[in-house]
Amino acid sequence: MIESLVHALIALVQNFWFITTVKVILLLFIVLTVNAYLTWFERKLVAHIQARWGPHRVGPHGLLQPAADGLKFLFKEDPTPAGVDRFVYYLAPLLALALSLTSLAVIPFSPKPLELFGQKIYLWISNPDIGLLILFSITALSVYGIALAGWASNSKYSLLGGLRSSAQMISYELALTMSVVGVLLMANTFSLQSIIEQQDNAKHVGFLGWNIIGWTRNGFLFPQIIGFICFFTAAIAETNRAPFDLPEAESELVAGFHTEYASFKFAMFFIAEYTAMITVSCLATILFFGGWLSLFPATPFWQFTHYIPSITLIPFGLWVIYDGLKYETIWGKLVLPVIGFVMFAIGAVLLAGIWVAPLHAVNEFIQPVFWFTAKVFVFLFFYVWARGTLPRLRYDQLMNVGWKLLLPVSIANVIVTAFVILKWGQS
Amino acid sequence: MSAVLLIFFVLAGLAIIGAVNLVWQKHPIHSALSLIVVMVCLAGLYLLMGAEFVAAVQIIVYGGAIMVLFIFVIMLLNAGEEERTDFSKIAKFVGLPLALALTASIAAAVVKPAAGLANATQVAIPKATEQISTMLFKEFVYPFELTSFLILVAIMGALVLAQREKK
Repeated sequence: MIESLVHALIALVQNFWFITTVKVILLLFIVLTVNAYLTWFERKLVAHIQARWGPHRVGPHGLLQPAADGLKFLFKEDPTPAGVDRFVYYLAPLLALALSLTSLAVIPFSPKPLELFGQKIYLWISNPDIGLLILFSITALSVYGIALAGWASNSKYSLLGGLRSSAQMISYELALTMSVVGVLLMANTFSLQSIIEQQDNAKHVGFLGWNIIGWTRNGFLFPQIIGFICFFTAAIAETNRAPFDLPEAESELVAGFHTEYASFKFAMFFIAEYTAMITVSCLATILFFGGWLSLFPATPFWQFTHYIPSITLIPFGLWVIYDGLKYETIWGKLVLPVIGFVMFAIGAVLLAGIWVAPLHAVNEFIQPVFWFTAKVFVFLFFYVWARGTLPRLRYDQLMNVGWKLLLPVSIANVIVTAFVILKWGQS
Repeated sequence: MSAVLLIFFVLAGLAIIGAVNLVWQKHPIHSALSLIVVMVCLAGLYLLMGAEFVAAVQIIVYGGAIMVLFIFVIMLLNAGEEERTDFSKIAKFVGLPLALALTASIAAAVVKPAAGLANATQVAIPKATEQISTMLFKEFVYPFELTSFLILVAIMGALVLAQREKK
């Protein structure tokens, strides 16, 4: 009985379709949760930038606010305005959401596979040789969600938003693509995994080997700082985020392209936008900041840095207990102290991996995932920071920045990188 | 039926439906959307043949940039539904037979390919991207650059014409 169950389990794990489906569901779950908490994070951070408290009523530190928002989105009335083009009106949010979620499928999160019954399960859904090209083709299509929403809504504000977004996307896509070419010249491949591995070519230099600094095997520096600045600016514009959020500029266009969308259709645009932010952050991490590579060199001396994720869990868990005890409700009496204690315990147990071999393996396994997530988080912070500090550009300024600044600078970066590589050799 | 063949038929069917729908629809935006479906399906077909780079470029350039411009112009001009008129009386009677004849001749060519064509069906392409770039930038660099120059001239010509009308 048990034996046949185990056999069935092994057969399931070896089945490609089953594993992929499980991976897709898991990734969707994680990404949607992260999306929800990204709204909380953004509101909280912007609030603190503007000397406010932000959400703090629902749950401790407003942590249940995303759940409340989600429920609200589901139960709101969903009117369809008169005179809309029904098919396109319903298609647009679907397109926006589907495309932005699809792009996550080609992002590799860690090189270390999870071994289950001798079957290696990698932490990516698909790892094609042309990962970067696929990402760019999805980005190229993602403009339709917004443009069509603006057109189908039968409202002048929406139409203006849609028009602006398509013009903006076309303009910034050029700079976005050109700014990456420098990295491609150094990596000689479109595969995201190989691009990351190439940044580890010069051993024992740690973060100096990342493309942003570009220490190579033969001791030369090929820094891609200009490429990175162009890339990230263009990417913010591509994802329609402040200070480039002209398609939805609320002071001019009410809410731009999604003025006429309510309830969950609005939420779909929202989720699409946040997922695009995550994708861009992943891409910036992979292309310029070494992906899953550690900040520290991979030498025995720096071995202790492999315990950073475990060590950070311990004080964080203690802080959660301390913070939780301040509440007089069920949060303080039960939930937060328990969560804090669990975090503390996990951190402490993993730290024991210094002496216990299997726990050491666990530490090694979470190593790349930790660095990848940490870097992605830094870029998400940048996104929110930019929104909290920079004023929105005027339309002509937007076009000037795109065509007259970013594009020439990124082309110059390509030319200089090409000549440098020609002169001093491939990295 | 193998998975590849199944995917091929799904994509090919979608492409044909999209193409027919493109002609059928009266509103320009719906036609443009159908054209995007055709482009993306073609990209999928390229991908099936192992031409990854061409597939990606097909989506980025045609599906993305060019069709966005189409839609941009349609939105900007606020083009309404097209009015159907009977321009030509010959088309009514000759159109269908001609279309059938064309389809038949293409089908005949596909079923019984010319001597050289038969070998060109199944070729494994290792490092397709690299090969394309070597071809473009080494063997055919002059035609390639000339083509880009031609496009530049066309853009400038369009600009000059547009400016003249303004005055």
